[in-house]
Parts: sequence; C-alpha cells; structure tokens
Amino acid sequence: MLFFFNLRNISKNFKYVKFIKKGTAMYNASDLRKGLKIEIDGDPCMITHFEFSKPGKGQALYRCKIKNLISQNSFDKTFRSVEKVHKCSLMTKDFIFSYIDGDNYIFSDNETYEEVALNDNILGKNKFFIIDDMQVQILFHNERPIEINLPNFVEVLIFETEPGARGDTATNVTKPAKLENGYEINVPLFINEQDLIRIDTRTGMYADRVSKG
Amino acid sequence: MLIEFLRDDFVKYLEIRSVLLNVIRDFFLQNNFIEVETPIIVKNPCIEDNIDAIKCSNNYLRTSPELYHKRILSSGISKIFEIGKCFRDKEIGKLHHPEYTMLEWYRLNSNYNIMLDDMSKIIEIVCNEFNREVPQKKIFSVQEIFKKLTNWDPIYSFDKDKFNDLLVSVIEPYFKKTKGLIFLKDFPIELAALSKSSDKNRKLAERWELYIDGIEIANAYSELTDINEQESRFIECQKERHKQGKEIYQIDQKFLQSLSLIPSAGGCALGIDRLLLWILNKDSLNDLVFREVFKFHG
Repeated sequence: MLFFFNLRNISKNFKYVKFIKKGTAMYNASDLRKGLKIEIDGDPCMITHFEFSKPGKGQALYRCKIKNLISQNSFDKTFRSVEKVHKCSLMTKDFIFSYIDGDNYIFSDNETYEEVALNDNILGKNKFFIIDDMQVQILFHNERPIEINLPNFVEVLIFETEPGARGDTATNVTKPAKLENGYEINVPLFINEQDLIRIDTRTGMYADRVSKG
Repeated sequence: MLIEFLRDDFVKYLEIRSVLLNVIRDFFLQNNFIEVETPIIVKNPCIEDNIDAIKCSNNYLRTSPELYHKRILSSGISKIFEIGKCFRDKEIGKLHHPEYTMLEWYRLNSNYNIMLDDMSKIIEIVCNEFNREVPQKKIFSVQEIFKKLTNWDPIYSFDKDKFNDLLVSVIEPYFKKTKGLIFLKDFPIELAALSKSSDKNRKLAERWELYIDGIEIANAYSELTDINEQESRFIECQKERHKQGKEIYQIDQKFLQSLSLIPSAGGCALGIDRLLLWILNKDSLNDLVFREVFKFHG
C-alpha cells in the first residue's frame, strides 16, 4: 500500500525537486525532515523517520531512519548539526509503453525515441497493469530509473472467471478472476469473462465495470 | 475553531498549566523570592556553542534570562525568580520547541547543592498538588554513570562528540528505563557553560541536570563569578561558533562587570512545558493539545 501511495506522490515531489535544484547541492543537517529525499553513497534515499534531539547544552543530533530507494533497505543514521547531506537530484519524464523484451518492459520517449528498459524490481505489481501505448511517468535518479508512475486507472479484460449470476448487481460480494497476464483479482459476482473492467493501479483492486458500448 | 472532542482536553490542559504555575509561584513567594521580569528582546544573547537566538529586528529574542538575572543579583537582591518565554532557533522535536516557557531562579551566596534542595522541594510540592507519588531520588556523578554504563571516563579523557553520542544513545535511554528523579552532577569542565569549576577538582564543573523519568527538565550551576574566566570562556565560544559557521554574538559587558559584585550564587533553569508533559503522562510536546491550538511553527 505504501509503495503505491508513494507513486501517487511522485509528481508532487517532482515539483519540489525542481525547486531545490536551483539551490546548492547540499542540505544542512537542520534542513532534514521526514519525507525528504537525499543521496547517500550515490543512492537516492528517503528519510522515513526523523527525530531531533539535543542533550543538555550539547550539539543537536538529527536521528533518521532512512530508506534506500533502490534496494528498499532501511537503516539508521544520525547527523550532527555541522554535517551536510547531499541533495538528491530526481526528475520525472513521460514515456509510452512499447514492447516486452524477455524480462524487460521497454518504454520509449515519443519525441526523442530514446528507450528505457525496466525490470521486475522497479515494476513490481505494476507490470500487470501496463497496456499497449500506455503513457507512464518514470522517475530518474541521475540517469538511473528508480520508480514508475502509472495512470490511476487502467481498463483491462477479464480473461477467466466463474460465470456471472444474472441480475446480481451487489458489489460487496466478490469472486476470484484472472487477467490474461495471470494477475488475480476479486471482482463482483456480475462480472463475466471478456468484460472490460477498471482497476485502480494504486491499490491493484477492482474499481468498476466499463459499460459496454 | 477547536474540534469539539478536543475542547475538554484543552480546558483540562489550561487548568493544569495554571495550577502548576501557581504552585511554583507560591513556593518561591513563601520562601521570600522576588518575582522579576527581564527583557525578552536583547542586544547580546548569552554566548553558547549550541544555542542559537532568533533575530528580532536588529536585536534578538532571549535564549535565557540568566544574564539579566545575574545583573540583578549584583545589586544585592538575594533571591529572585522569573517565569517567562524563551526562544531558541531551529529547535523542533519531541522535547523542543522554538518558543517555550522557562522557570529560572537564583540565590545569592549559594551553590548548586542548595539549588538541588530547592529543586527536590519543588518536585515534591508539584507531586502533592497533582496526587502523584514523588519519584525516587538518585544522584549520579557524570563520571560514575559514564564509567558504569560505557566504561569510559568523560572527565579525564574528554571528547565532546563522544560525550554527546553516548549521552543520547546510552545514558538517557538508561534514565528512561530506570525512571525516577535523577540528578546528573559534576560535568566535565569543558561543558561548564556558565558554571564554576569545583574547588576540589578543577576538572569538574559544579553543574547538574535533572531527569524526571528520562526527560531532561532542569539545569543548575554554582554560578561562575570570575570575570576573567567568564570572558575567556565567551571568547572560546565565539571562536567555536565561528568555526561552525554560526552567527557570533557580542559579549554583554554590563553582565561581565556585574560579576565582580557577586561573591557566589546558585542558579537553576527548568522547562515548564516538559514538566507539564510529565504531569500529563505524554511523550512529546506534539501530544499536548495546545500545540494544535497555539502552533506557530512547522
């Protein structure tokens, strides 16, 4: 859930990143706060927990829990007030889904025809919701893609499910169904094979049925 | 507008805060202290390595009233106290807020041991007022607690960063775990701030800090009254601040001169908001309802 939530916020963060890029390349320790993206040992990281402490008349300590956005590992780190921290230069770019090449999903930039390949590590569950010509946003750290942001809703065909009960329009009773790519999802009883439904890509859950033309 | 369900808490909070302030005032007035008010906007804030003042026009907001209190003592008034707002830049956390209420009291011809007795009495009357058991009192010297828990002697092999790190990562969590009223006493002379060195051992500063169930709430000194020593400490602080790229405050000469008229003195400062946290059984200043109502920052 958290992962999807982050994706939704990329565009918001992006605006902020553009703004800070105008400044210097370092943060002072006193600028640190929860949610801030920083660079440690060349990797983009996010501060997930932040605590200010200042014992007696001593120097301020900024105790952080930090998540590496590449490996997803979390670790603790404490900064002193005199320390500086690298800013994380992130940018998003629009791409169109092009084709699948082995384990990689290839996306291309419509203007420059530049291609970028994303694998399972970055795509995660998102790979089930990628459809032909889908426009996506990819977040880059320097030249390296690290996150993908899909449109909030995607329309897909139900490939396999038990026959629907005619006239049953209740949405709170569900049954299992499968997409062509194998993704399993719970749908209301009235959904049939070959029905077009909308999935919320942030939660991976059924949203509604697309009314038939 | 205050959300309805918060209102009861808020009213309770205001009442408890008011009772606390009155209990403390009563204690001082009964003991013949004079309540004073000193300037909040100051030209020369107290010079310390790690305390930054907030700018106010061409001046600053006080980080502590202590310089003025000592000027008052030098006029011969022997017992004073003040309850008022102090301000410290960039201090925001569970136990920090840039604007907070400080109680500060001073006794002429006194020392940190007498302040410790005052402090114990205040905790006692506060506990009685709020029907709380008085926490068990323990006094540790800085040296003994560091040696016991970290196997390191902070007095004879002092290192500022190491001291800070171990205090936060080992000593304070220990106080939190063991609970009680803990006076941490006799700091390394390098951390004396405005306290005098011990006559028995020049490596020790006559300073204590009080932890109540792990929350640091008060700091007291046998006040340094040697003009030359005080001036050279201020200059050292200015150099350190310069090294750290911090703003450098000028020395308050009137304060410095007033020291010559003070034979000896004891002083103590206590964070009212943190004491209130303890009374209300909260962990963080953010848990206090008034932060929602009075928040000006962050």
